[in-house]
Amino acid sequence: MNHATPETETSTGVSRRTALKGFGAMLGAAAFAKAIAPLTEWTRDLSVDQFLQKHYKELSHIDLQIILRRLEKETKENYGADVSIQDYKPQPGVKFGYALNLSVCIGCRKCAEACHLENNHDRPSHQSYIRVFEMSKGSLDMEKGNAHYDHPVPQKDKFYMPVQCHQCDHPPCVSVCPVEATWKEADGIVVVDYNWCIGCRYCEAACPYHARRFNWSKPQIPANEINPNQSYLSNRVRPQGVMEKCTFCLHRTRNGKLPACLEACPTGARVFGNLLDPDSEIRQVLAHKRVFVLKEELGLKPNFFYFFDV
Amino acid sequence: MFTPELRPQPDDVAARKPGGRWSWMQAVIIILGLLAVAGLAVGVLQAADAAKGTAKSESPVLPAKTNLFPVVIKRPPGPPQVKTSLTNFQGQPVLVSCSSCHTTTKPNLENRSAADLDQFHQGLKYQHGNLTCLSCHNSGNYDTLRLADTQTVEFADNMTLCSQCHGPQRRDYERGLHGGMNGHWDLTRGGRTRNTCINCHDPHTPKFPQVLPVLPPRDRISIPAAHAATTGSTAH
Repeated sequence: MNHATPETETSTGVSRRTALKGFGAMLGAAAFAKAIAPLTEWTRDLSVDQFLQKHYKELSHIDLQIILRRLEKETKENYGADVSIQDYKPQPGVKFGYALNLSVCIGCRKCAEACHLENNHDRPSHQSYIRVFEMSKGSLDMEKGNAHYDHPVPQKDKFYMPVQCHQCDHPPCVSVCPVEATWKEADGIVVVDYNWCIGCRYCEAACPYHARRFNWSKPQIPANEINPNQSYLSNRVRPQGVMEKCTFCLHRTRNGKLPACLEACPTGARVFGNLLDPDSEIRQVLAHKRVFVLKEELGLKPNFFYFFDV
Repeated sequence: MFTPELRPQPDDVAARKPGGRWSWMQAVIIILGLLAVAGLAVGVLQAADAAKGTAKSESPVLPAKTNLFPVVIKRPPGPPQVKTSLTNFQGQPVLVSCSSCHTTTKPNLENRSAADLDQFHQGLKYQHGNLTCLSCHNSGNYDTLRLADTQTVEFADNMTLCSQCHGPQRRDYERGLHGGMNGHWDLTRGGRTRNTCINCHDPHTPKFPQVLPVLPPRDRISIPAAHAATTGSTAH
């Protein structure tokens, strides 16, 4: 553009420069309005730090430490419990697998109770990440199972099938999440950033194992019942309106311990371990038992296996 | 406009002999191109190597299996003791070992279960195949057990006794697939405790008893009756 040329006047008397300025100002105002739009979703129970918190994967070590201390403080304020919230990373060379012996499971729901206590679930709904289905012998269709039985177990013509998150290699819950608040970690665990989740429940609908739970209300737990050994991605007390799921107790298993549901099982039906270690118990199951996975035809590649004693 | 250095400027020294400058540029471009191709080739080869490597080694390198924490099996400390009807001065029952009575009592090989007895062990529930008392109890020394080949075995080694008939369970136990455990899956980071047969199974009635389950969750999915009622009311 030649700057020496005099400004050309339009027929309306508004110069081209003025028109462009006006257009630019309008664009700027629109961009600003869009940028501050999330503020309209700011509710009273959301702190500034919480509102501005980034996605888990974008947090630096220091950011995360500040957030963990803040969450500990909030738990103290809201529940009156002194807790320790840590962030445990996946161990290299480890991929977790779980197997369950349906021949010996008696359906006592001790695993679900252990999960309820370990993972700081809402007390009134008696929720846990494990649903034990009472199944008629001759069928493996979990949709026909009854998870609400309340009579002495085991019944003669029934078998019992606990179902929890299968930590699929192709998790449909992850692909449907519109905000990437859930993802699969290096050790195979599918986790949720509870502070990034928007509570749309797409993942709940996508999971064929009904493994995801929604926090309809703020979890109610007495202070003396809160498990103080918590981690950011697993059993810290979840906020209202977010999804949650089984993490194979990653706050325990990433420290080498067995999951709470396994330790609670009175019949020893559960086998847990590292799928990449050929000597692990879980690999013994895969090598020596006739295992099957639920809804195999969906091709989700679960890391949770069932077997019967032969 | 954005690459002014390519445009010949009148005061540029190189512009006086443009042929020389352009050939120099071409040489640089060709060299850069060759380098890029070589780099790409190396990258592809490395990727192929890596792919081969992962295909070959099924599992990654694991920490050496040395200095593992112990796996403790919860064995019984010794021969069991039987409560008598007497209590000591602290009000606790007086315990006696099996041999207290059995050394002076002649064993009766015809007794098949507690129901045949008329003095002691009344009300002992017994349902364990076709075994009799002396299939496992040692009539020579009641503080020990006996194997099918009459060898003596200590109470602490009860798994040897049970394994005579329950081989598949023993096999699975050795592989860590039967009997449950507590502690660590990763023995490089902590120990583990395991049960013996009799921690879960009563040797006289080994079948797992019926129990009352923990209360079910109070959510909508797990209540089929409520689900049927809501779908029924909307009249599909």
